[in-house]
Amino acid sequence: MKTDDVEDVEIHLLLEGVQRIYGYDFRDYADASIKRRLTHWLAESGFETFSQAQAQLLRSRSVFESLLRGITVNVTEMFRDPAFFRAVREQVVPFLKTYPFVKIWHAGCATGEEAYSMAILLNEEGMAGRYRMYATDINEAVLQKASEGVMPIAEMQRCTRNYQKAGGRASFADYYTARYDRAMLTAALKKDIVFAPHNLAVDGEFGEMNLVLCRNVMIYFKPALKERCLRLFDSSLLPGGFLCLGLKETLERRKMGDRYEELAAPLRIYRKRYG
Amino acid sequence: MDSVDSASAAGAHAFRAVAIGVSTGGVHALQKLLGELPATFPLPILIVQHISADADSGLAKLLNDRCALRVKEADEQDEILPGTVYLAPPNYHLLVECDGFLALSADPYVSFARPSVDVLFESAAAVFGPGLIGIVLTGANFDGSRGLKTIKQRGGVAIVQDPADAEARQMPQAAMAATRVDYVVALAGMAALLQQLVARPGTIPRDKNGRDD
Ligand SMILES: C[S@@+](CC[C@H](N)C(=O)[O-])C[C@H]1O[C@@H](n2cnc3c(N)ncnc32)[C@H](O)[C@@H]1O
Repeated sequence: MKTDDVEDVEIHLLLEGVQRIYGYDFRDYADASIKRRLTHWLAESGFETFSQAQAQLLRSRSVFESLLRGITVNVTEMFRDPAFFRAVREQVVPFLKTYPFVKIWHAGCATGEEAYSMAILLNEEGMAGRYRMYATDINEAVLQKASEGVMPIAEMQRCTRNYQKAGGRASFADYYTARYDRAMLTAALKKDIVFAPHNLAVDGEFGEMNLVLCRNVMIYFKPALKERCLRLFDSSLLPGGFLCLGLKETLERRKMGDRYEELAAPLRIYRKRYG
Repeated sequence: MDSVDSASAAGAHAFRAVAIGVSTGGVHALQKLLGELPATFPLPILIVQHISADADSGLAKLLNDRCALRVKEADEQDEILPGTVYLAPPNYHLLVECDGFLALSADPYVSFARPSVDVLFESAAAVFGPGLIGIVLTGANFDGSRGLKTIKQRGGVAIVQDPADAEARQMPQAAMAATRVDYVVALAGMAALLQQLVARPGTIPRDKNGRDD
């Protein structure tokens, strides 16, 4: 009896059930990672098998929400990949400055660090008040955290280091106030960011964006779902707009690839061609 | 019981991939091991070398320059090709998808590491089963032992660098404590062992050094 094959079938059925009952579609997520996460969730949840979990899952919203938290891993940090943010500052912002007002979409923003990093960067480059950011995620619990803009103080040291490597012009300490073990980001960073739920597997586009960032989200998707996301980003972006992917993601093998030119080669910043 | 089954299973299957986990002392160990494999080595080789999160891709370049095999840092969705060596990129886990492509993940650390050997081994074992050769080399931690056990449970072959030969012996020792290892060898003999295994799977007598499950 090959138990792992049984488990593959159970996982398949479980994701099918989740899609039909709750409308969340994880069937096109890359199998190795989702299997790891589901197995981890199962071990924590106290159910013995996925079949056993299934019965509860399909009837109890709270069991489903714990599964959702287990499946959507939200690891992020301020100025993640400093070299990337430096390249945005040096090579993308000069183009953005030619517009009176720009719109930016962070797809899969997790707890918001990427959006806040971008706000710091744009404010320092003299674009305060000239942008609106839409930061979206499938997971509403992380969006709630994101909109609070509060981070563990223990992370500030690493953030500060990243900020400096990313070409920060001020002192990172200016951007938060410390209260006990927490760092609260300043209101100036929050005011032009809208946090909203959006599921890349089922929801539609956001219009007329100058810049779309979707970093370390599509690595978890199978090719078909990646293509869906890229179509979504492409129809959201203005000609001459920018698309930023995670450092290990590429447009090379994607249908959309030839509509974009790569701006900063290893940093995965792409520019949509005109016409 | 499990080990008898898996020994015969490994003999009956053609090998499909090699997965290697290594930490402290890895740059030297990988140069030696990969350097001794010919360009005609037919299997893909997947490697997790523990590396700091902001390291550049220098290691892949260095190994590529010094080895007959093609060595590259894995990109998401790389197709796993024979005779090619894939290194996990800094700050990402490397996994194997069931369709034979590679995947990366930015999930939290596993076994205190990202990339983690356990993550690679467990996902590769799920896909390649008895067709997988898992190797644990020098390292000063315990990553890889749980994964090597999974490789054995799925019928694969486990090779560990002789702790006496390793720059850091903890990782090999932990692996040997976790599962019944098939071969415990020094680095110097490892490339030859791999070539023999691939040429005639199942015909080489195994060491008795590992612990029985
Ligand atoms: C690893 S985090 C990336 C965070 C940030 N972009 C970064 O690079 O640091 C991945 C995020 O994608 C979100 N996500 C996963 N599936 C999604 C989907 N179908 N639609 C929208 N967001 C999704 C997760 O909830 C998680 O917050």
